[in-house]
Amino acid sequence: MKITKTLMASTALTVAATGAMAQDMADSMTLVSWGGAYQNSQQEAYVVPYLEMHPEVSVSWDESSNEAVAKLRAMNEAGNVTWDLVDVVASDAIRLCDEGLAMEIDHDEVLAQGDDGSDASDDFGDLIVSDCYIPQIVYSTTFGYRTDLVPEGAEAPSDICSVFDLETYPGKRALEKRPINNMEWALLCDGVAKDDVYDVLETEEGQDQALAKLDTIKDDVIWWSAGADTPQLLADGEVFMGSTYNGRLYSAIVEQDQPIGMMWDAQVFDLDGWIIPADLPEERLARVMDFVKFATDTQRLADQAKYISYGPARSSSAPKVPEDMKMHMPTDPANAGNTFLYNYEFWADYRDDIDAKFQAWLAQ
Amino acid sequence: MNTATDPDKITGPTPDNALRAADASDKKDGPVLAADGTPLKKSLGRALRAQKLRALAMIAPLLIFVVLTFIAPIFDMLFRSVENQIVSDTLPRTTQALKDWDDTSGQVPGDDVFEAAYIDIFYAAENKMHTRLGTRLNYELTGVSSLFRKSGRGLDDIGEVYKDQFEDLDENWDEAEPWAELMGSDAWLAEARAWEDGQPLPKFELREGIAEVLPRTADAYSQFAAFTRVEEEDNVFNEEPWTLVHTMLYEDLAAGDVSGYTGPRADMLIAADALVDSPEFETADLKAVFEDIDKDWMDPVVWQTIKMYSPDYTSGYFLNSVDMQKTPDGPALRDEDERIYGILFKRTMFMSLVITFSCIALSYPVAFLLSNLPARTANLLMILVLLPFWTSLLVRTSAWKVMLQQQGVINDVLVWIGLIADDNRLVMINNQLGTIIAMTHILLPFMILPMYSVMSTIPPYYVRAAKSLGATNWTAFWRVYFPQSVPGIGAGSILVFILAIGYYITPEIVGGTTGTFISNRIAYHISSSLNWGLAAALGTILLAVVLILYWAYDKIVGIDNVKLGG
Repeated sequence: MKITKTLMASTALTVAATGAMAQDMADSMTLVSWGGAYQNSQQEAYVVPYLEMHPEVSVSWDESSNEAVAKLRAMNEAGNVTWDLVDVVASDAIRLCDEGLAMEIDHDEVLAQGDDGSDASDDFGDLIVSDCYIPQIVYSTTFGYRTDLVPEGAEAPSDICSVFDLETYPGKRALEKRPINNMEWALLCDGVAKDDVYDVLETEEGQDQALAKLDTIKDDVIWWSAGADTPQLLADGEVFMGSTYNGRLYSAIVEQDQPIGMMWDAQVFDLDGWIIPADLPEERLARVMDFVKFATDTQRLADQAKYISYGPARSSSAPKVPEDMKMHMPTDPANAGNTFLYNYEFWADYRDDIDAKFQAWLAQ
Repeated sequence: MNTATDPDKITGPTPDNALRAADASDKKDGPVLAADGTPLKKSLGRALRAQKLRALAMIAPLLIFVVLTFIAPIFDMLFRSVENQIVSDTLPRTTQALKDWDDTSGQVPGDDVFEAAYIDIFYAAENKMHTRLGTRLNYELTGVSSLFRKSGRGLDDIGEVYKDQFEDLDENWDEAEPWAELMGSDAWLAEARAWEDGQPLPKFELREGIAEVLPRTADAYSQFAAFTRVEEEDNVFNEEPWTLVHTMLYEDLAAGDVSGYTGPRADMLIAADALVDSPEFETADLKAVFEDIDKDWMDPVVWQTIKMYSPDYTSGYFLNSVDMQKTPDGPALRDEDERIYGILFKRTMFMSLVITFSCIALSYPVAFLLSNLPARTANLLMILVLLPFWTSLLVRTSAWKVMLQQQGVINDVLVWIGLIADDNRLVMINNQLGTIIAMTHILLPFMILPMYSVMSTIPPYYVRAAKSLGATNWTAFWRVYFPQSVPGIGAGSILVFILAIGYYITPEIVGGTTGTFISNRIAYHISSSLNWGLAAALGTILLAVVLILYWAYDKIVGIDNVKLGG
């Protein structure tokens, strides 16, 4: 009799406890990402295992990351933020943080430790470029070229300056329709040392110098605005070489078997990661925190690399990346011989100014 | 519009006509009376009012819907093109202090401005507003964004100087409780002491008389208390004040005399006063600290920009959108290599016109054919016209890409039949030509449909009559048929032109660099640069241009000459 009572009491307690837990966390989440293969890798590596542990949760995706900043601002002004976790590139995360649209977090408190026991802030290291940002992957913007269109007698391009070398490598180039990266590459190939690029670009003469260099190939450039454009243009043979995200080139080469080669020289590293919108209701916040802690732990980030060729942002995840993917990672030593670091602070300041000049230059 | 259904043109006995008749007879021989003796006009007015109210009630749901979901948001968005409260809201003291500064002097403003900026940016940083303001001002002056971000972090150092010295004198200056006892009223202190988790936090009250002794400190502490209670939801009683409060305490002590003060913690205050007056007391030079944070603060241009954008409403966005900028000497044109909106506005107008005319040229024969075929065949052809309507815009645009690119279908065919050489393929996309071709195709149905509906009402016997009177085919068409089809052209042109002017997806995909429109820049500022003020200004200008063109069109062609159907 007494035992039954105790049992019953403890069962009641457990029920109450789980009831309270469930109450504290919302059971649905809206995640925002980029769609395509990348979102799929997140679904497979983070969401599927999470849902196995929490079958009561439902997750919906919104493929709005490319206009996340504007939409989040509009939602915030309307006072109805429907997103719970948003995948953005680092520069957008900085802006969202500046605008007070993203929540500042304490990385050591919110995120799991690395499986080697290191604190999250050490494990992510310098990649935490903003107090609001939880990095997931390192990707790079780099060049792909048509292996079958390399002129006879010439070697396959392996130097960033072959982009500007129309004599050796005739044919069109695909470049992104914005100044970021293009200006840096132009200066690098106009004799500016890597460490001085941003100092030069700060000055008006430096900007003119970069545009003048770009002018030499302007007539042979097709300007893209969506990441999928370049692989398509390469596949159609419209361009000889073009810049895009390395994961896009990976899927064109490995999955679609296109005659495309990678030119890793002067690849520009950039980050992609989560931000949590500011001022979420408590229950939703609790759920998101729970999810994000799980989804950014060492194993999950390493798992993601099975599905897409982007490097995990935690250093403790690197050894767990599958062997056959390592050679496609932008961070692989064989590929990272000459890399270029994107300067977030510089572009946060100069973006509007240089973009105006760049667009005026394009329109001429 | 002169059909029998037009209420103003009905000739029979209607309430409106009766009202008009009553009006007319009023002037002649006094008011006409209704059967019950009231003036006819009045009783009719009453009867009509009910009718009009009923009519209004019937359209009310739609009217409210349109106003709430369409007109109000548009005006809200357009209003952003002049709105600029963020500067004066975030930097109220600085903008006030800058009023007395001569921005053409080429000199950095005086210490009062720096002190105001210190206080303003300190508060803004606590509220995380300084980076928002930095983003706003960065649109006008490159570099302000990081200037404010750095300053939000760096300005704490000023207060630290004072805090450390006060703390060395008496550790109580770094404790929450002594501060609370010094600044807060007894009633508030009692409530704050008794406060427990979960209860509503007591509202802070200043101690009586403290504001006279330490005016600046009291102000800063009140701000701190309000922020702690509302934003942080903490008990002020347990929180150490901001370093700004210590700076203000120094200023109050340096400026005034506290020897007469007798409230709680008076001994602590008097000791601090003695310290401040002693020659060893170290003070922070505000200007030097600002310069230390970023030397840009010593650049008068930064202050000019803040001053220029301190009013609540600004013309800055509109000036920007016509390639001008504000300078201390008034509006000036931008550098040549930064002018872009003029080019884009002109290009948008020009290309929209070209697209409209090519639509007319292509649609007229189609509509003519459709309206002269037997109904069965015409319906079949009509489906072909409508088919593109039912296909996604993106699919159609991408299809044009496949067709027009250099390795595309058209070029391949031309090379195959030997019209062009393989190494000399035509460039038909990523330029103006691509935009014109794709947009003409996409907008074609908007031209064909109104033309068709007008042409199908033109009686065929007019042309026959003309011919029987000896007109040639051409004359019969040109003098008899064509003038009757003009209203259809007019309606189609308005539709196509106005749609074309605001298009941005198609030009973005096939326009390259020379075929993009002003709407592409608007989209960029809305979604990428987040400069909504500039986007709103560009949008307002575009809207104004369309309205002016519409007005001109009405004057020249006459809007009565536009028909969407028989």
